[in-house]
Formats: sequence, C-alpha cells, structure tokens
Amino acid sequence: MRVWKFGDDIDTDAIIPGRFLTIYDPDELARHVFEGTRDEFAAQAAPGDVIVAGRNFGCGSSREHAPLALKGAGIDMVIARSFARIFYRNAINTGLLPLICEEADTIEEGSEVCVDLEEGVIEATGRRCSIEPVPGFFREIADAGGLVAWARTLEEVELCTGSRS
Amino acid sequence: MAATITEMIFSRTCGKDVHAGDVMMVPVDGAMIHDITGPLAIRVFQQMGGKQVFDPERVIMLFDHQVPADSIPAAENQAYMRQFAREQGIHNYDLHEGVCHQVVMEKGRAGPGEIVVGTDSHTCTYGAAGAFATGIGSTDMGFVLRFGALYFRVPETIRIEVNGEFAPFVGAKDLILAITGDVGADGATYRALEFGGETIAALSMAGRMTCCNMAIEMGAKAGIVPPDALTWKYMEERRAVSPFRLMSDADAEFCEVREYDATDLVPKVAVPHNVDHVVDVTEVAGTHVDQVFIGSCTNGRYEDFLDAAEVLGDRSFSPDVRVIMIPASREEYLKVLRAGLIERFVEAGALLEAPCCGPCMGGSFGLLAPGEVSLSTSNRNFRGRQGSTGAEVYLSSPATAAASAIAGEICDPREVG
Ligand code: SF4
Repeated sequence: MRVWKFGDDIDTDAIIPGRFLTIYDPDELARHVFEGTRDEFAAQAAPGDVIVAGRNFGCGSSREHAPLALKGAGIDMVIARSFARIFYRNAINTGLLPLICEEADTIEEGSEVCVDLEEGVIEATGRRCSIEPVPGFFREIADAGGLVAWARTLEEVELCTGSRS
Repeated sequence: MAATITEMIFSRTCGKDVHAGDVMMVPVDGAMIHDITGPLAIRVFQQMGGKQVFDPERVIMLFDHQVPADSIPAAENQAYMRQFAREQGIHNYDLHEGVCHQVVMEKGRAGPGEIVVGTDSHTCTYGAAGAFATGIGSTDMGFVLRFGALYFRVPETIRIEVNGEFAPFVGAKDLILAITGDVGADGATYRALEFGGETIAALSMAGRMTCCNMAIEMGAKAGIVPPDALTWKYMEERRAVSPFRLMSDADAEFCEVREYDATDLVPKVAVPHNVDHVVDVTEVAGTHVDQVFIGSCTNGRYEDFLDAAEVLGDRSFSPDVRVIMIPASREEYLKVLRAGLIERFVEAGALLEAPCCGPCMGGSFGLLAPGEVSLSTSNRNFRGRQGSTGAEVYLSSPATAAASAIAGEICDPREVG
C-alpha cells in the first residue's frame, strides 16, 4: 500500500470541487478527485493506496461525494492525525475506513505501509505507530460494510437507547 | 444534575437524563435536503428498503445551489427530487424560496428545543432558533428518511460569552471571524458552541444566524443561542409555539469557556485559504479585488444589505470590480426591494441575482479565474472554493465588502462610511 501524503485541513472542496457535485458515480467522481490541488492523484492512485494526512482531514462541506470520490480512486482507508466530524461519519457510512494515528506526520510520501487493524498498529517508514480503535458503534457499521448494509437488516430502530462513549 | 442546553435538548427528546458523551439513537424533529446532496440521500433511503419517509410533514426539500438549473445533470437531479417529493407528499419549496438555511429559519421549520438535521454542513445555523441542528451526509440522511432517527454522540459544550457594545461598522460577522481565528478550524470538533452574554442578547436574529452559521468552520457539531424573548417572537410570527425555559444551568459543565469584549473588536477579514486565518482589516487593506460577493446563508439578509447600503451612501462601486449581490431568500429580497436598496445597488453598478447560493461554493456561476481575488461575505475561503484553485478568496462582513467594492481594494469600512 503506497502512501499519498497530505497536510492539515484538507477540505472536501479540495477532495472534490463544487462544480462536480452533480455526479454521484464513484468512478466518475474519481476522475476529478483533488482536481486543481493535486492533479496527478486521479491519474496515478492505484487500488489499495492509502492517504496519510495531518489534522482535520475532510473539513468543510458535508458532501458525501468526497469519500465516494476517494473510494472510486481505489482508496480504502485514510490515516490522519484527526478528522472533521461529518467526514468521519460519511467515511464510515460509505465504507471508507478513517483511522486516527497521532504519529501520521512521521509517515513519508511514497512509502509502503502495512496496517494491522486487529493489533491497532501501522508499520511504515521502518517504524510502528499505534492507531486509535474505531469506537464501538462505528466499528459495527464499518464491519457491516457501511450504513446501508447495516440498516438493511433493520425493520425499525429502538429509540433513545445507547451507551456512553 | 446540572445540564447544558444541548444536554437538556437531548434529555427532553428522550424523556430521560442524557449527558455529554452518551451515544444514542435519537428521533429527529425535522430534516432538510437540497439539490446537491438530496438525490444521493433519496437513493440511500431506497437502498435501505425505504418505501415511505418516516413523516412527510417533517421533511422539506428545496433547490438553491444550482438554480435555475445550470446544466442538464442539475436539471435531472432537480426533476428526480421533484418526483420524489410528489410521491412522498414532502413539502418542496423548489427554487422559489432561496438558500436552504434561511428558508428553514423563516418558515419556522426549526424551533427551540428541537433536533433538526440537514444534508448541508451549515445546518448549524438553526441554533439561532434555539434548536440543536447539525449537518449530516447523504447516507445518514437516507437513514433519517427511513427511520426518523439517527445515532448521535451528545457533545460537550464550549461556552462563548460576549459582552460590550460593537463600535460603528463592526458586527456579528467580525465577531464570529475573530472567534474562528482564536478557536481554529478544528478547535471545536465534536463540540457544541453555545453563545451567550449581553452582546448576543442584543443581536438580531440575523446576527445570531451569522454566528451559529460559522460554528462548523471550527469543526463544531452545532452552534446554539439559548432562546429568549426575541427568539420566541420570531417563532410566533411563523408558527404556533408555547414558550418554555431552555438554557444551560448556572452550574452546567462546559469543557471550555471563552470570553470576548465586543467593544474592542475591529472589522476582521479571513485571508486565503483558511477560515481561521483571520486578521484585522487594516492588515490587508489595499489588496486589489476583482469580485465582491454579498450574500449567502452567512450574510444574505436584509440587514446585511442595509449595512452595505449605509457604507455605499450615494457613491458608486468601482468599475474594476464585479459586485454580485444575492439576498438569501425571497422574503429577504422583498425587504431589500421595498426599502429601495435594489435600485440603489443597481445604480451603483452591482449585479442583483435572484435568491440562491450563487458564487459561494463555485458550483454554479460567478466563478473566479486563476490569479483573481474575491472578497465574499460567505463562510469559506478554501482554495478553489469559488472557482480556480489559482484564485484567492477573502471573507468579511457586508460593511467591509461594500467599502472594498467602492475602493476596488480591501478597505476598512470605518474609513469610507
Ligand atoms: S450559501 Fe454557501 S454555505 Fe450557504 S448553503 Fe449555499 S453554498 Fe452552502
């Protein structure tokens, strides 16, 4: 898995600009992913590559076109120091795995990473970094493959039940 | 146990004590979808096995981002949504009313103590009505349309306390820009921002909306102004309501408290390409601008245009600047029109467009070429937000925008006004 390195505050306008929002097909969206900010990404990202970023990845607009465009480009996981809230949920819901890693900054562009979800570690650039576990309920959705798959099994929901995070 | 207003809203809805950190499935009081994020939400609703939305009375739809349809795909999306609204009996304001957040507020579709979601990040605007309102993605919305509920993590609260009176030509937008600069683009992630103090109490509903609108620019899940007499009056003019007490307990637990003195505040500008990169207008005065946009869900209301008109007086806008003005809704447009301001702005050289998002998100019209500079009263200045990634967007209040449109360069409204 090859690393595409990004900085802090990568917003959803950068991931997929506003003028492409009439598109919903992930493959077609992927043709315009990071258009204008990192043009080589759409042409060169290969299935299984990962994005490694700094703080607040996915800030801004609630457009789900952003995780869909990344998925269309073959990206299955984004490793970042932190995520914006709506993007985090959208990613989980659409089956793109957002992983929080405090030391994401130490991972280098172009390096190969190995992610062990069970152990909660990433091996990259010759070192091991720990990743935060995906919180309980989100894990359930992620394991189901996204919110659609999770919700399809439901007839109704039980209101006002839950747990402490 | 003492509670914040946000905890109270969740506790009221669930009929039991709920605290920050609880994760639970909570029924929603209202849901809004628009032309960009709506089609996907409808598809997800159907993929989840949805036949009839949970309650058509609680769902509204409207078109504002690409109106009138600016391309065949946009027209197709709108036709698809219209058809769904007809089948489901959902209220569709179509393209008649304006920008989603302004319309939800003025139609009384969000009220004190309610939990409202929308497929747009600036849904947090309805905190001005005392609602807990938050932006969600299309898949979460598909779930809401199907089940009428959504999983929430009840957020901790940052209390922002503002006292003192604004100086002339300084207002709500300068305040929220200053706060955003201090808190940072991710400083309130997963938190609610509660605004209070005498300055907030003295703000109009329009000013409160400007503040709550930008809560998301700090990563917040919601912004909220506890309802007071003004809120209840605003609601009464729109629907039947019975006022009740809704505010944080005096000993509620806030994860952070920040205090501001409005008296010292000067006009602020967010500089490219981060919303939290905020400076005093004097630091960027003299920067050439090619386009000025006054409008959006942040600052597209009557009093924003009144502020601009006051700065403008009987002058003209610089012929070197494209001045695009868009009242955020039909209702606000009519107020601006009836006050004679449209005539004044057109005389001065502005383009007045019908209510919609306009150049705010660079999806429809008013896009920027590489190297161009825009000053905008909207809420985001991300690289490429209003067109080319080689363009630059500055954000300011309507007063600063008007002063700059006259001068042809970023200009302190206190110098012009
Ligand atoms: S005016 Fe701008 S920020 Fe507001 S809803 Fe429209 S595009 Fe979004």
